[in-house]
Amino acid sequence: MPSDVIAQFNISYLQILDENGKVDKELEPKLSKEKLLEMYQVMMKARRLDERLLKMQRQGRVGTLPVSVGQEAASGAAALAMNEEDWFVSSYREVAGRIALGEELHQPMMVFGGFEEGTVTKSAPRLLPPQVVLGSQIPQAVGIAYASKLRGETSAVLCLNGDGATSEGDWHEGINFASVWKSPVVFIVQNNHWAISTPLSKQMNNKTIAQRGIAYDIPSMQVDGNDALAVYTAVKMALERARKGEGPTLIEALTYRMLMHTTADDPKKYRSEEETQEWEKRDPISRFRIYLESKKLWNDTKEEALEADIKQQIDEAVKYFESYSDYALDENFNHQFGTRVDSLEEQRAEFNKYAK
Amino acid sequence: MPKLTMVQAINLALHQEMEKDESVLVMGQDIGKNGGVFRLTDGLQDKFGSDRAIDTPLAESAIMGSAIGMAINGLKPVAEIQFSGFSYLTLGQLEGNGSRMRNRTQGQFTCPLVLRMPYGGGVRALEHHSESKETYYAHTAGIKTVIPSTPETAYRLLLGAIRDPDPVVFMEPKHSYRAFKQDFEPDGVAMELGKARIVQPGDDLTIISWGAMLHRTQKVVEEISEQHGTSIELIDLQTIAPMDWKTITESVMKTGRAVVVQEAQKTLGPASEVIALINDHSLMYLEAPVKRITGYDIVMPYFARENHQIPTIERIRDGIEETLAF
Repeated sequence: MPSDVIAQFNISYLQILDENGKVDKELEPKLSKEKLLEMYQVMMKARRLDERLLKMQRQGRVGTLPVSVGQEAASGAAALAMNEEDWFVSSYREVAGRIALGEELHQPMMVFGGFEEGTVTKSAPRLLPPQVVLGSQIPQAVGIAYASKLRGETSAVLCLNGDGATSEGDWHEGINFASVWKSPVVFIVQNNHWAISTPLSKQMNNKTIAQRGIAYDIPSMQVDGNDALAVYTAVKMALERARKGEGPTLIEALTYRMLMHTTADDPKKYRSEEETQEWEKRDPISRFRIYLESKKLWNDTKEEALEADIKQQIDEAVKYFESYSDYALDENFNHQFGTRVDSLEEQRAEFNKYAK
Repeated sequence: MPKLTMVQAINLALHQEMEKDESVLVMGQDIGKNGGVFRLTDGLQDKFGSDRAIDTPLAESAIMGSAIGMAINGLKPVAEIQFSGFSYLTLGQLEGNGSRMRNRTQGQFTCPLVLRMPYGGGVRALEHHSESKETYYAHTAGIKTVIPSTPETAYRLLLGAIRDPDPVVFMEPKHSYRAFKQDFEPDGVAMELGKARIVQPGDDLTIISWGAMLHRTQKVVEEISEQHGTSIELIDLQTIAPMDWKTITESVMKTGRAVVVQEAQKTLGPASEVIALINDHSLMYLEAPVKRITGYDIVMPYFARENHQIPTIERIRDGIEETLAF
């Protein structure tokens, strides 16, 4: 009996700026000078912030900490492709994206220093706090998108997670919902190749994560996640699709976790340094600098000025965090419910008798 | 006799039991090459291979579900969830299947497995890394819920859990993982599940606690006993469900006074059940209301404020003194 092919799929891969900073002129997006500089500044700010946070952790000034070093383009350029009314729903390795949307530099210090106060970004009401339970934000993003669509809004949701989270049931369930509901969501999977010590090859047997989206009939593609121009271009296109009612898109951004999962593990124990060195050559920031220089938008003087400016901003953030002392210990009691609960107020009285 | 931390004691119990019983295996995220996020499974993959020390994909529900399948088919999986805060996805499988397979099939299929996870606060961790939610498991019929408090009891209770014919949730107080070492002979002798342990006998007051709170309570007990010559009986509950009502109520019948110290939040924590059991069996012996010292009914605060959520020395002392003076 002859068998007919009834479905086939292809995965495309987009790279615009290669690892040497050479741009593909045909694919190069037409971005304003300001936008390009903003991209660079966001990535640099995220990198320097991570480096400072890491130091602070080593000194015991903040607690256990995940960092995003090496992944600045994947979330940063993606966030810069958003419109103001779009939502950003992410995990915890999207420092650059969060900064691009207005998160203040002291916020991660507060969060990793043990204060809920750090989760609130006043200037960005559609920026959700980092989700620590992996994959659980996927169905939530679909719900947020559903509500917007029901109200007739044209906003979309940018939803980010890592490669590890694509093993979670929540991820598959949420992706399927998005497909069935034609949700205006752009899913970005930051494939950084490692889930703590587990390499992607032990996480899944698929060649790409993108094909997992295709399995749910969601248009899916790979991009060079360390290429800010490719990420920006793909996300911009996908967000426009979403706003036009054409449904979700899945973008697998190939990148690499240059450092540890969190400060609680040591990559030397489970992966080779050669692999890390290979990825160092594909750094998202250095290639973008070469690109800016080739467009005569950047030079050493500007670099020095930017470094000084970022350092000052981070210093101020540290100062804010370290002088944060006049806070209510019973603050959590204010945020358990939207209505007064008498038994909880009784407990608050006992709490305040002891909490000093 | 070796001096071991709780981490070393649990690791040793796993080594010994895997050596002794070929059907025992360990599985979980990062438990192989990395030896687990707290190094509890260090060396197991080197010694027993990756078929018996399985690095799983990142999927708690599938870890639980596949462990249930393995248990149904003759293996004894010891599955690890990295932090109890990520274990709730296992509840669907555990409540829906693992806990009730024996009952559903009237004994044809059973689930002898262990689900290990660190729980509790006080280590300056991120959100979801500090809760004490033993009630979720204890409230599920068909599961035994065990919480050790010392290296030796962790070793012996884990052996007991692995050898038990039913699913056991084994919650490890991460605050006590490396807090102190203990001398004991790791002789492969298991401790029976479902039995509380009298840490020290006494006549004036019974205190029931478990996990990391036991040590904090013990400190206060020593201080008060020294200051006032009070004779306090301290009980380590060890198994949250099924609860050992006999040890508790026999003690209360003797002392007439009881205090329960738990890290978990107040409402429907294990302390509620301890007090109900005291009422059931020894109400007429009470000379004072039973006092419970617990966390408050709030979401576990981020670590800047967590120390006020976990019962403090001062609260425990006040509770004990109040009950003694009543």
